[in-house]
Amino acid sequence: MTPPFDSASAAIDITALYAAYHRQPVLENINLSFPAGKWTAIVGPNGAGKSTLFHVLTGSMKPLRGRVDAFGEPIAIHRKAGNIAYMAQREAIEWDFPISVWETVMGGRYGHMRRDALWRRLLPARWYAPSHQQIVRKALADVNMLALADRPIGALSGGQKKRVLLARTLAQQAKILLLDEPLAGVDPPSEQLILNVLKREREAGRTVVMVTHDMPGARRYVDHVVLINRIVRGVGSPEEMLNDARLAELAVSSVEQSSNDQALRPTAFSVAQE
Amino acid sequence: MTELLLTLETFSDALVSGLIAALMLLVNLLPESISKAFQYAFMQRALLTSIMVGAICGMLSCYVVLKRWSLLGDAISHAVLPGVAIAYLLGLPFFIGAFVTGALTSLGIGAIERHTRIKSDAAMGIMFTGAFALGIVLISKIASSTHLMHILFGNVLGVQQSALLLTLAASVVALLVVWLAFRPLMLYAFDPTQAQALGFNTGIIHYGLILLLTLTIVASLETVGIILVVAMLITPGATAHLLTDRFKTMLLLSMGVGVGSAVLGLYLSFAFDVASGGTIVLVATSCFFMALLFSPKHGVLMRKWRHRQVDV
Repeated sequence: MTPPFDSASAAIDITALYAAYHRQPVLENINLSFPAGKWTAIVGPNGAGKSTLFHVLTGSMKPLRGRVDAFGEPIAIHRKAGNIAYMAQREAIEWDFPISVWETVMGGRYGHMRRDALWRRLLPARWYAPSHQQIVRKALADVNMLALADRPIGALSGGQKKRVLLARTLAQQAKILLLDEPLAGVDPPSEQLILNVLKREREAGRTVVMVTHDMPGARRYVDHVVLINRIVRGVGSPEEMLNDARLAELAVSSVEQSSNDQALRPTAFSVAQE
Repeated sequence: MTELLLTLETFSDALVSGLIAALMLLVNLLPESISKAFQYAFMQRALLTSIMVGAICGMLSCYVVLKRWSLLGDAISHAVLPGVAIAYLLGLPFFIGAFVTGALTSLGIGAIERHTRIKSDAAMGIMFTGAFALGIVLISKIASSTHLMHILFGNVLGVQQSALLLTLAASVVALLVVWLAFRPLMLYAFDPTQAQALGFNTGIIHYGLILLLTLTIVASLETVGIILVVAMLITPGATAHLLTDRFKTMLLLSMGVGVGSAVLGLYLSFAFDVASGGTIVLVATSCFFMALLFSPKHGVLMRKWRHRQVDV
């Protein structure tokens, strides 16, 4: 079913992965590869296990079974090395936290800072970490938020918050970006900006994997699509995967999603065959 | 071994005398009507203890407020009581028992929360009242009610050298940990998911913070007591949260409020001959209400005034 990528060109390889929440199977026998240097969209109805897949990749959830590799090695090695950046969907963030936009994005550097010498880390930020500061500045400029760097994070609009969290993800300078619905709940200008930023990241050689419900955006920008609903329902190019027939099968087209909840039930699906 | 302990004792006594001498230099700059209260040795020890307790409680209270751990702080502080009694029965220093039962209770709360359908607030309520009741029963058997009152409400004017040293050691540990782990702690308080994704061990951070909280509570027992230490773990942080939008500033302000109310409360309790623990907390509470009304950023009056301007 899954076209085999040779492991040299795969950023992430998932083999025979099973995961469950409260003994309810959420992911079953997932075999997937996310090609390196490409932009992959993961598409599926709500509750299809897309976020769970990311939780397994980021290590916050233990799978029941299965194996996940990054660049041919166990993924934990690359997590430790700071090669994988993750932007959560519903962040467990305290928005009232007294922290500025700048400090929030600097948080993306904390993983790398652990590898700096301890005595340097104890210096005030002004003397320690000019290189970290340059990276933060660039990430904020990329999402067009540099002007608001001193604002408290809680004072921003929804789209602005998303852009800041994206900047924090960019600031990690990771080889692989995992983004859980980066376009959900943002205004149209922010959406366009986020898509452009991700396009540039991909052009810079990074591997981008995002969960999305935005079909027009996915059709225009991504290289590779994975349809998922508890099991892998299809893998291929956007043209092959994001056509009406396929999406009707998966029941994620916006019409069905808003008007017909029945269609979201797993029983309403037929298993997609290659 | 005994020689080592003796050296340690001499060293720590010298350290405390040095700290008190330095404090007295500052106190003697104050008008004589105030500074004369601090000429007694017991007042000097009380002053030093209060300052340290105010500082570390103020520091920890930022995390307590931002992590919504107020009830957890309450739970740990009550759970300390049986430990004090058991340590007394076994002839151990009281802080060892206090630390052990405090830590055990917080672990128990976490276990109930994770493995049963009982929610965290109920788990805390059950565990801390249970532990507290055990403590009261034990103490009623072995000690006088004055002892119980001192543990519950503090007795800063009667602080012994040993308790002072314990507070000093706890303060140094707490300050060092927060200084060295400043970034992971801040990230964990702000966004635990991100801390996890960046490869920080959030389990260690979580339980480390709880142990630090327990340590702070044990160190504050003598000063404000079990019941009122909760106030010192919430009020300074909440006050500072109203005053700033920067975490570092919040930490410093909160420590300032903690130290300030401890010192002012101590002086007022001496001047008016009232309970010191209660006075300290009352000063902190007044600070909170002042901030609530007059904070330039998040105060009630300023918000009213700003709305007025928008209307006009």
